[in-house]
Amino acid sequence: MVTPNSEIEVDREKGNFRFSEHHKYDAGVGLSEKVIDYICDVKEEDQWIRDFRKRALKVFESKPMPTNWATKDLENIDFDKIRYYLSGGNRASKSWDDVPDDVKETFERLGIPENERKFLAGVEAQFDSEAAYSNIKESVGKQGVIFMGSTEALMKHPEIFKKWFGKVIPTGDNKFSALNSAVFSGGSFIYVPKGVKVSHPLQAYFRINAENFGQFERTLIIADEGSEVTYMEGCTAPKFDTATLHSAVVELVALPGAKIEYVTVQNWSSNVFNLVTKRAIAHEGATVKWIDCNIGSRLTMKYPGVVLKGKGARGEVLSIALANDGQHQDTGAKMIHAADETSSNIISKSISVGKGRSTYRGQVHMPKNLKGCKNNTECDALLINENSRTDTYPAITVRGNRNAVQHEASVSKVSAEQIFYMQQRGLSEAAAMSLSVNGFVNDLTRQFPMEYSVELKRLIELEMEGSVG
Amino acid sequence: MSESSDAINPIKEAFNRHIEDLDTAPAWWKTSKTEAFENFASLPLPTRRTETWRFANIKGLELDDVKFAALPSISDAASLVDRSNFIETYAGRFVFGDDQTLKADRLSPELAAKGVIWAPLREAVSKHGEILKDYFMKQEADLGSAKFAALHQAFLENGALLYVPKGVEIEDPFVVYNWSINAGSAIFPHTLVITEDFAKVRLVEANLSATEDAAAFSCGVNHIFAGVGSTVDYTLLQNFNEQTLGFQINSNIAGKDSNVKTISVNVGCKRYRSETHGQIKGSGSQVNMLSLAVADHDQEIDQRTLQTHSAPHTYSNLLFKNALVDDARTIFSGLIKVDPGAQQTDAYQTNRNLLLSGTAEANSLPGLEIDANDVKCSHGATTSQIEDDEIFYMLARGIPREKAQELIVYGFFEEILEQISCDTVAENARQIIQAKFKKRLRK
Repeated sequence: MVTPNSEIEVDREKGNFRFSEHHKYDAGVGLSEKVIDYICDVKEEDQWIRDFRKRALKVFESKPMPTNWATKDLENIDFDKIRYYLSGGNRASKSWDDVPDDVKETFERLGIPENERKFLAGVEAQFDSEAAYSNIKESVGKQGVIFMGSTEALMKHPEIFKKWFGKVIPTGDNKFSALNSAVFSGGSFIYVPKGVKVSHPLQAYFRINAENFGQFERTLIIADEGSEVTYMEGCTAPKFDTATLHSAVVELVALPGAKIEYVTVQNWSSNVFNLVTKRAIAHEGATVKWIDCNIGSRLTMKYPGVVLKGKGARGEVLSIALANDGQHQDTGAKMIHAADETSSNIISKSISVGKGRSTYRGQVHMPKNLKGCKNNTECDALLINENSRTDTYPAITVRGNRNAVQHEASVSKVSAEQIFYMQQRGLSEAAAMSLSVNGFVNDLTRQFPMEYSVELKRLIELEMEGSVG
Repeated sequence: MSESSDAINPIKEAFNRHIEDLDTAPAWWKTSKTEAFENFASLPLPTRRTETWRFANIKGLELDDVKFAALPSISDAASLVDRSNFIETYAGRFVFGDDQTLKADRLSPELAAKGVIWAPLREAVSKHGEILKDYFMKQEADLGSAKFAALHQAFLENGALLYVPKGVEIEDPFVVYNWSINAGSAIFPHTLVITEDFAKVRLVEANLSATEDAAAFSCGVNHIFAGVGSTVDYTLLQNFNEQTLGFQINSNIAGKDSNVKTISVNVGCKRYRSETHGQIKGSGSQVNMLSLAVADHDQEIDQRTLQTHSAPHTYSNLLFKNALVDDARTIFSGLIKVDPGAQQTDAYQTNRNLLLSGTAEANSLPGLEIDANDVKCSHGATTSQIEDDEIFYMLARGIPREKAQELIVYGFFEEILEQISCDTVAENARQIIQAKFKKRLRK
């Protein structure tokens, strides 16, 4: 029997370094209308944004914490001790040469410029509240693709921005979407024109450098009719003793026939509260695929959703979560069917190591008068150590004609027979364990873009190192 | 504030009358009822944010329409006793009508000599106080209806106590019929089953309405305490009329190496909420929890279940099947909870919903909370309509569409019905389900 006891050291060392702060703009500690005015002034925003933010602040203040269903750990967030806006300037550089040395070194150490040269069509790198670097390959830019920080997009393309902004996720959707709407800064804005297929992924990189900081990026991606785009995001922060808050809002709009693939590899350090609202609208014949890997953070609450608004739209969520000691990965998916013949697929795999806790929470909704909708949900959980924990909380509502929903979940541990088999053939117990866990997520990781699949495999190997002994 | 106190007042008055009427009951019984009433009054009503009531209709839970009146007289007792005929050979039978004893068929002298206790609660309060003090209402209602369990304890008039001593195995089932008779009446059916080591027993409970149109309220509780190596088989047929608001709060504790099986057949009520908690406390124990429901018109059937595994080497299996017609709604919310240390647990939970109309709504919340790693746990939930192929097969053989649908539904439920150990009860359950469909065709 495999009963590993030793604690596991997580490889978050790659991101665990920081530079001293010298911010040009600092909104101070705590949240008030003054902070919002400060952010608006620094960003030179229009009056409608200022009004939008202030309304959102009121909504945020009026909403209770969702602790009637979510973990009580949320109560440990002290909103009065968080710094809501920090930046070195509100204009992103187009060239790494213009990026300040320490910020540049940060991203060099994380391998961003190298990856950009290798396989990306565009990169945006956000440092605390604002993008430090933003660039798109010339060939892609010429196709009419817009890719820039959302701060910049608000100034340059207000007509597209305003049309979709806050339409997929309204301010009052939940307490944290309201908070984001009040103090949002940074994030990406992407517009892909009709019929354009962006051949390489666009990538954004989010970095928290300052202690007690809250990062509230806002991402908006619009794929016009028949277009295709893949977007990838990564994130890290140094380990601080105090809690850091990351609360993003990501809205995707896939117009008829468009395809959006959104890949996240979340590797925040274990002091970060990661409370993110992500949702897409898929119009007729459009496809939205969320690939969501959560490896870091103290508490992640994230349920990427797709509103299937047009006939024949398809939504998919592939989710991998790894919860180590002191971590709670509360992830899942939402599929809201709102048109005939829409289909959705949710596959979630979680691994709980040590005292880690992983939770799947899902919602599938098929209202009446819809025909021929299908959903498939599979959640598998793997428990490594004796005190690991996993939960599954799906909510499924089905009405209508010729609709079919199936949900399955299973919980298991690594099979002793498998480990024994591999040990017989000369593998160490640890190597066998790691191989077995990689096998568990393999059918999912195969669907990921190559680079991420390799990276994820490596991360899991590192996480599993020493988990048996 | 004034709103809630207004709502409590008529119930408070009714409770005071209830206590006065209990003048001969022991003091501890009255005290426990008074405490339960205070508990009921102080616990909040569910709100839209209460997770244990998610998707459920929470209107009308103030119980404003319920008369907690003094016991009415029963005129047609004889005919109700005649209708209490699901089982011909039984070890004991109680027929209650609006919580009054209409007929009490006692134990055979042999069983009584072995120390078996089979008593109406009203009698047990004075005769078997020691057992009741240890077991009566000693399982928490922790699936959302603690308030209504307290109401049950406060107003309970009667019920059945079944105690089976060590090593006694009883083949013939015990039967309890709870008839709801008068419009506006409130009944509080209660069955308490206690088995000592290696005992074996079956209990069948049937909750029925005397007429089709008397709107009533029923708030029932069943508790099972299964001792070491004992076997308990419990079946509940619920066929109240479609004007009734019903609650059923069931819970069982499975001791070491015990075997507990509970089956519920839910056909009636306008709104019905059932809570079933399997507390798998002894290693080596096996618990099976099965249920079926047929819901039509604007019926709402709300089912909450919990399987708690707190000992190693345990097994539980839950299967809840619902068929929905018209604008009916069902909610299945289930949770498997495996405590730390409950290794080698096998726990399964399955919910199957069959939608027979485009406007029926099935909600499914199958949950898992697993705190031990060496376990096999899974849950599955499916909701779908009857496959075209299946209907086509029967159409091709000359069976009309309506009839074909009906046959498929019967087949769908057979998986549960065939597990009812008393054949005549299974047959009655089939008839109740078929009668519901026949009534639809007549309309």
